[in-house]
Amino acid sequence: MLKRIRLHIAVFFTVIGPGFITAMVDNDAGGILTYSQAGARYGYLPLWTLLPIAILLVVTQEMNSRMGAVTGKGLSDLIREEFGLRVTFLVMAVLVVTNLTNIMANFAGVAGSLELFSVSRYISVPIAAAAVWLLVVKGTYRSVEKIFLGACVVYAAYVISALLIEPNWREAAMASVQPVLMLDTAYIAMVIGMVGTSIAPWMQFYLQAAVVEKGITERDYAESRIEVIVGCITMTVIAFFIVVACAGAIWAHGPRDIHEPATAAQALRPFGKYAFVLFSAGLFNASLFAASIQPLSTAYSVCEGLGFESGVNKRFGEAPIFYWLFTLLIAIGAGLVLIPGFPLVRMILLSQVLNGILLPVILIFMVRLINKTELMGRWTNSRFYNTVAWTAVVVMIGLTLALVSINLRDVLGK
Amino acid sequence: MAELLYFTELLDLRVYDLKGRRIGRIADAALVPLIHPVRVDRYLMGGGWTWLNIRYDQIRSISRDGIQLRDEVLTPHHDDEYMLRIARDLLDQQIIDVNGRKVVRVNDVTFEIRKENGCDVLAVLEVDIGLRSMLRRLLQGLLPRGWIRRLQTPIVPNSIRWEFCNIVEPDPQRRLRLNISNEKLERLHPADLADIVEELGPEEREAIFETIDSEAAADALSEVEPKMQASILESLETEKAAEIVDEMAPDEAADALGELEAETSEEILEEMQAEPKTEVEELLEFAEDTAGGMMTTEYVALRDSATVADAVEALQGNEDLLESLNTLFLIDAEGRLAGAVPLGRLFVAAGATALRELATETLIQAPVDEKQDRVTELFDKYNVLTLPVLDEEGKLAGVITADDIISVLRQK
Repeated sequence: MLKRIRLHIAVFFTVIGPGFITAMVDNDAGGILTYSQAGARYGYLPLWTLLPIAILLVVTQEMNSRMGAVTGKGLSDLIREEFGLRVTFLVMAVLVVTNLTNIMANFAGVAGSLELFSVSRYISVPIAAAAVWLLVVKGTYRSVEKIFLGACVVYAAYVISALLIEPNWREAAMASVQPVLMLDTAYIAMVIGMVGTSIAPWMQFYLQAAVVEKGITERDYAESRIEVIVGCITMTVIAFFIVVACAGAIWAHGPRDIHEPATAAQALRPFGKYAFVLFSAGLFNASLFAASIQPLSTAYSVCEGLGFESGVNKRFGEAPIFYWLFTLLIAIGAGLVLIPGFPLVRMILLSQVLNGILLPVILIFMVRLINKTELMGRWTNSRFYNTVAWTAVVVMIGLTLALVSINLRDVLGK
Repeated sequence: MAELLYFTELLDLRVYDLKGRRIGRIADAALVPLIHPVRVDRYLMGGGWTWLNIRYDQIRSISRDGIQLRDEVLTPHHDDEYMLRIARDLLDQQIIDVNGRKVVRVNDVTFEIRKENGCDVLAVLEVDIGLRSMLRRLLQGLLPRGWIRRLQTPIVPNSIRWEFCNIVEPDPQRRLRLNISNEKLERLHPADLADIVEELGPEEREAIFETIDSEAAADALSEVEPKMQASILESLETEKAAEIVDEMAPDEAADALGELEAETSEEILEEMQAEPKTEVEELLEFAEDTAGGMMTTEYVALRDSATVADAVEALQGNEDLLESLNTLFLIDAEGRLAGAVPLGRLFVAAGATALRELATETLIQAPVDEKQDRVTELFDKYNVLTLPVLDEEGKLAGVITADDIISVLRQK
C-alpha cells in the first residue's frame, strides 16, 4: 500500500509541469497589477471573488489538458482540423496581437520592478529579452521546464511579504467567504477585471500544447488532472496573498488607486526592507517568467494551426517562420517598452479588450471540440460537466464583454 | 501542358445543364480509390434541398468558369465508405509526405484537367502546402478566381506529388475501403518514420504500427522515445505488440517493456516466441542504469580455438547482425571470455589463422553490475566500439555497443 502511494507521488512529480506552470504564469504583470489595485482600493472586500475564479480556472484548464492528453494534438491543430483554415487564421491573427501586448506588459513589469532598485530600463529590458530568447532557443525542454518550475517557487515571495506586513487576518478570512456586491461602477469593474484577467486565451493554447509536448496520455491523465487542480488552487492562493499584502499596506492607511504594479511594491517600503524586496522580486520573476513563455507559446500555436514547421529542436532554416515570429514578438514587445512616452497603460488596457474578444470564441470552440466523440472517444464531457462548462463559458463571456465595454470606454475616453 | 484547377476553384463552381441553365454549385468532390487512384469520381452538388451526385462521366467540360453536364439525370447523394472526400477528409488534415519525410497539413489540392473520351475529367496531381495555397484558401470566394491566380504568382509554390502522399486513417475498415496502404512508410528509414509518428496523435500512431510489417515497426519503435514506446505498445493488441517486440533487438525490447506496467509487459512476454522471450526476460532482471541493463544479447562468440574460416562460416549464419557488427568474441570451454577480435582483421588474415592470434592485446570488459557512468567512461578512455559484459562467473553475458552509449549521453 505504501509502495502504491509512493508510486502515485512519483508519477505525480513526473507529470507535474504543464498545468502548474500555466496556472502560475497566469499571475503575470497584468494579473499582479489587477490584484494589487483591488487590494489597494478596496482592501479585503474583493477576496471572495477568488473562490469562483479558482473554479472557473479549473473547469477550463481541465478541458484543455484532457483534450491534449486524449487527442495528442494542440488546440490550434484541433481548431484547424474542425473549423478550417480561415477561422484558424483569424483566431491566430488576433492571438498574435493580443499576446504581443501581453508580452509588452510583462517587459514593462521587468522594467518597473528593476527601476525600484535604480536599474535603468534601457539596461534591464534588453538583457531580459536576450536572456528569454537564449533560454528558449538554446535550452532543452527538460532544462527549461526545470527553470520554470524553479520560477514557480519564487511566487512564495508574495506569501512571505504578506506575512511581514501583518495584515488583519481575521478580516481577510471573513472577506474570503462573504460575497459583497456594491452598486459602484468602479467596484464592479474591479471584480470583473479580476475574473477577466484570470483566464487568458494564450493559456488555453499553452497548456494543451505543453501537455502534448510532455507526452501525457490517457493513462497518466488522472495525475495530470490533479496537477491542473493543484496549480489553479496555488495560483489563487498567491493572488490571495497579493490582495492581502496590498490591503494591509495601502488600503489600511488610506485607500487609493495605483496604476503600475511597481507602485504597490513601493508602498510596502515602510514595512521593512524585506517586504518591499520580496514583492518586487516576485513581480520581476513573474514578468520575466511570463515573457519567456508567451512568445514561445504564440509561435507554437500559430505555426501548428497554419501548418508551418515548428519546434525549438528544429534548426532556423527548417522552421524559419517559427523562429522569426518568436524573435519578433520578443523584439517588438521589449522594444515598445523602451520608446519614451509610449502609452503603455493604454496598450495594456487594449490588450485586455482583445483578450476579452478572443476568449469567448476560444471557449466556445473548446466546449464544442471536447464533445466530439470522433475526437475524444469516451473522454467527452458528461452532461453534468457540460452544464458546468457552458455555465462557466456564459459567465466568462458575460464578464469579459462587460470588461471589454468598460475598457473600451477608458481606451477611447482618455 | 494540361490545364490545372485548384480545389479552392472547384468549390462553389457553377454547374450548367444541357440547356445552359445553372442548376447548382459544387460542394465537394470525391475520389473512389478502389476504382481509380487519381480520377475524381464523383462531384457533390448543392442545389435545392439535398446534395446531388454528379458522376465523372456525366460531365462534358470543366473550366474555371463552370461545369457543363452532358447527362443531367442526377441521383441524390448518399455518403458511402468508399469515398475519399476532398473537403471533408483531406483539407486541413495532416498527411505524411513520404518523400520529404515529414508530417504536413493540407491547404489545397491541385487537379489536372484531362480528356477522357472527349470529355473533361479531373485527376489529382498534387497536394498543396505553404503560403501560396494558404492565400488561395483565405481569398477563396472573396475575390474572382482569375484575380487570385494573378495575386499568387509571386509566391513560390510548395506542393507534394500525390504519389508521395500517405493518408493516415485510424479506422482499419475504412483504410481497406479507401485502399490506403502504409507500404510507402515501410521503405522509410526507421529513424525518419519514428520522427513522423512522434508528430502524430496517438490514434494515428497506433494505426501505423498496426499496419506496417512487424520488422519495420520494430525498427521504428526502437527509435521512438521511451515514454512514447510504452504508450504505443499499450495501445496495440497484445499479439501485434508481441510480434513487434519479437523483432526488436533484445536490449531495445527489454528497455521498451521496462517502461510498461508489470501486468502489460507480462502479457506481451507471454505471447512472444520462446527464444527472444528468454533473452528479453533475462535482460529485464538488470537495473536500467547498469551494464546489464544497457547490454544486448545479440553478439557473435566463437570458441577460442576457432580459425578465420570458422568465423566466416559463423557470420554466414548470422546475416541480420552484420549491419552493425564490428567485433567477434572468443570464449573458452566454460563460456568465459577469452578475447575480442576486431572484424576488420579477418580480411587480411589467411583462412587457417587462429582467431586467438588476431585478438586485441588488452581485453576491455565490464561486470553486469557496473554503473552506467563507469561504462561510458570505459568507452571514452579505451575507444572501444563494442564492450563485452561478464556475469559473476566471468561468462560472456552480453555486449554494449557504441550507439547505446551515444543514446545514453544524449539523454543527459
